[in-house]
Amino acid sequence: MELMEVFDIKVVILWTDGLVFLLTFLALFAIISMRSNPYLRRTWREVFRSKIGISAFVVLMAYITTGILDSFHFRAALENTENQTGTHYSGEVTSVLDMIIGQPHQHQEKTYSAPFSAFQFAKENIELPDGTIQRQYPRLKYGGSHLNEDTSDKVSDIIRRTFVSILWALLIWGCLVWLLIFLKARKSQNSMAKIGRQIWSGRTDIPWKVALIATGILILSISWFAQIADGYHIFGTDKVGNDVFYQAVKSIRTGLIVGTVTTLIMLPLAISLGIMAGYFRGWVDDVIQYLYTTLSSIPGVLLIAAAMLVLNVWIDNHPEHFPTAVQRADIRLLSLCIILGMTSWIGLCRLLRGETLKLRELGYVHAAQVFGVSNVQIIKRHFLPNLMHIVLITVVLDFSFLVLAEAVLSYLGIGVDPTTSSWGNMINAARLELAREPVVWWSLIAAFLFMFGLVLAANLFSDAVRRAFDPRGVS
Amino acid sequence: MNKHDSLLSVANLSIRFSHDGKAMPRSAVNHVSFYINPGEVFALVGESGSGKSVTALSILRLLPEAALVESGSIQFGEQDQKDIFALSEISMRQIRGRQISMIFQEPMTSLNPVMTVGEQIIEVLTLHFDMRTSLAKHRAIELLDSVGIPEPKKRVAWYPHQLSGGMKQRVMIAMALACEPKLLIADEPTTALDVTIQMQILELIKSLQKERNLSILLITHDLSVVAKMANRVAVMRSGEILEQAAAEDFFKAPKHPYSQQLLNSVLTRREISSVSQIPPEGANLLEVENLKVYFPVRKGLFRRVVDHVKAVDDISLQIEDAKTLALVGESGSGKTTVANSLVRLLEPTTGKIKFKGEDRLSLTKKQLKQHRRDIQIIFQDPYSSLNPRMRVGEIIEEGMQALGIEKSHIKRQERIDKILKQVELNIDKKSRFPHELSGGERQRVAIARALAVKPKLIICDEPTSALDLSIRSQILDLLRKLQRKEGLTYLLITHDMSVVGNFADRVAVMYQGKIVEQGTVAEIFDKPQKAYTQALLSSVLTVPAQ
Repeated sequence: MELMEVFDIKVVILWTDGLVFLLTFLALFAIISMRSNPYLRRTWREVFRSKIGISAFVVLMAYITTGILDSFHFRAALENTENQTGTHYSGEVTSVLDMIIGQPHQHQEKTYSAPFSAFQFAKENIELPDGTIQRQYPRLKYGGSHLNEDTSDKVSDIIRRTFVSILWALLIWGCLVWLLIFLKARKSQNSMAKIGRQIWSGRTDIPWKVALIATGILILSISWFAQIADGYHIFGTDKVGNDVFYQAVKSIRTGLIVGTVTTLIMLPLAISLGIMAGYFRGWVDDVIQYLYTTLSSIPGVLLIAAAMLVLNVWIDNHPEHFPTAVQRADIRLLSLCIILGMTSWIGLCRLLRGETLKLRELGYVHAAQVFGVSNVQIIKRHFLPNLMHIVLITVVLDFSFLVLAEAVLSYLGIGVDPTTSSWGNMINAARLELAREPVVWWSLIAAFLFMFGLVLAANLFSDAVRRAFDPRGVS
Repeated sequence: MNKHDSLLSVANLSIRFSHDGKAMPRSAVNHVSFYINPGEVFALVGESGSGKSVTALSILRLLPEAALVESGSIQFGEQDQKDIFALSEISMRQIRGRQISMIFQEPMTSLNPVMTVGEQIIEVLTLHFDMRTSLAKHRAIELLDSVGIPEPKKRVAWYPHQLSGGMKQRVMIAMALACEPKLLIADEPTTALDVTIQMQILELIKSLQKERNLSILLITHDLSVVAKMANRVAVMRSGEILEQAAAEDFFKAPKHPYSQQLLNSVLTRREISSVSQIPPEGANLLEVENLKVYFPVRKGLFRRVVDHVKAVDDISLQIEDAKTLALVGESGSGKTTVANSLVRLLEPTTGKIKFKGEDRLSLTKKQLKQHRRDIQIIFQDPYSSLNPRMRVGEIIEEGMQALGIEKSHIKRQERIDKILKQVELNIDKKSRFPHELSGGERQRVAIARALAVKPKLIICDEPTSALDLSIRSQILDLLRKLQRKEGLTYLLITHDMSVVGNFADRVAVMYQGKIVEQGTVAEIFDKPQKAYTQALLSSVLTVPAQ
């Protein structure tokens, strides 16, 4: 019974959650179908053969895992009160990620505090035991609350926690290394010692050594964050005392969704219209060109602002569709993705149209036409594969652009909901924080570091993918 | 030929490229030595990648950064010879343009499109001479006149896009000669031009050379150009000079087997007896009657048709079964449009196309499929005619799948193996990508792709013009062998008369959408009626068969 009580939850699937699951499912499906194609398998192997490719992949996977964990939402059951029938659920929607992070996400201070500080950033009137009132920096409620009165043991505490985190990291990493060697040894029928030596000397086909080192660094930083976040605010707190580190972590999901869901909406439009315009020419081309010329002559921000404002009014008038604030914020996020998707396909569409115009004059397309191959087949076999590199490069460049666009739109008040944690909202808040004296810099830095890590990893990984898929690059 | 009197002497030159800081295993130029006397045309002949252009660039010291001169020296000058590699950059600039100048292959890209022709010549003049602009303009007009540009006073204010390709090359020559250099380096000066214009440009260069006692270093892959121009010839392959000889001796009896091979690939050897031989009247496989293909010119808001471009203007052709008809013409003559309408990529405006006597223009879907089986096409450029993302096996299979030849996968694979053997490719090439193959191998794949659907007629659209000389004859041999074995009929589309003489049975000469002359190879080659045909033939090296 007790256990049931603990797990008595109401699963909430938000719209964006659904799309995240769909995307994950599609990705898994793509991986499975690619495994059966020897050529694709070899090409992807090529991606992981590059040291940069595999390290970027490890980092990306960490981001993606965080995002996916943050997409399993539920409402916890409230404790039963005396006169109540059935179970009531909390109005607050939490995610699996919140569960894993545990306590720290509820640790709210009063206002700003600097990273690792045990004191508040602003002075306050404090009543001393003798009754006098003095203005000084008060101690924080959670951050460093376990320290001495004068916090003289702070450094030693941090060193101790760091030490513990290294031990944890070594333990987990050791298990991982052992598991990898074990699996590889079983597969290749070799002794584990031999496989271990091979990996250590870097004589493996896929640079496992680099992958393990990257994973090691990742595990070490996660375990260090976990240890420290338990007692301190690593990136300080914001104006209302929320932990900035926690916010930055929660923003990963928003960033990933804006980057991927938007692309998902934009790609079919851009690819189908671009190829159709370039291949069929004539009136099809005219219609599509008029369409995107019209769209691109409306200022993008204006279009997005108009759409978002209309939507806000609609949401406000129909509260019955959105039982919780999170669901409302989620709809805003989704519609932002849709609007961004509707306005950002034009660039790629133009590129693809131009490239298709070039390709359709090439011999292999003519040859296929002379064989009477159907248009659908020609597009599938001759155009799509030869345009994929453009799509791939554009998608990755757009990914970073979209993450940044989210920040700009949030700044204008037409981005994601203010209650959604996003790097855009954090940077937007930093506008005022940077104007303060002394400067509150940590929100901006935290948002920047997390965003930078994601965008850099995505760029490096796409570079490795592009190089592997370039038919001239295969050795 | 005293070596001390030479204008330019290159001794023991070796150049190596490096990639990512590592030297390439093979030198681009390997211990090359030659000299050029004053007033002499020296030709450096070789296929692409033989190192001839690198050698030329090293004379002007314009090598790319990745190239390293490993050894050798270049001496230049009439009285006091200077070592080019020992000169300072400032004195080198005095030599470039002033003493040695260069004309390039592409006149389209070598002229600045936003400056008038006159301005570009004046720029060169004022750069090297202390000359007033008005005087320089006068000189520019003189130069344009000397390279045979009509109405030079008017043309001096024209922009490059207003001139034709041949005119642009004349302007390039005028610019190169502006400072009266002693040595002119001509890097494939006529390759980008049409055959008839090629001849005019070569004649112009020759007459200017005589007039001014110029020395010319002629870089080319085309032995017919060499035969017209050069006093001495050097044959280069993979960075080495294989043979150096006086032009007369060279064309009489080349010593190196590779030179022999090069010469064979451009020589037209016809059997003398074919003059009297009357071809037996066979059944016509394909008949084209009064074919017209007009492209509408549209203008204005509603795209009204205001005019037509007559790409193909009323032509008639017949091709006999198992024979080859060559359709010859320059770029823009409409010969590719004919090919495209035959394979039904284009709808002809009017006319009749009959295959084995049946009309092949208004077809049902099923008939069209049959038509596509009957007539196939091989394209000019094997680099763009194969999808880089498909394997050779898939490329050959595509047509069979689309046209329903061999329903089962296994049967299709068997047929692919068989056809690869026919075109003399190894079966393991089936799983390769096009970029892993050489140019010749790619063209073999393109032939295999066409053969796979068992066609009766194959249209060969410039099948060898994108290939290196030594490979051309192999591909033509293969096509001939296939014709004999399979009884294929060819429509050969080309601008190159030397291919025609070796390959075709009948010739049709096309000019501006019309067929100007038609006949057997012997008739056309020995008694050309039209001036245009004669001009085309003037580029052909013909030696009677021994």
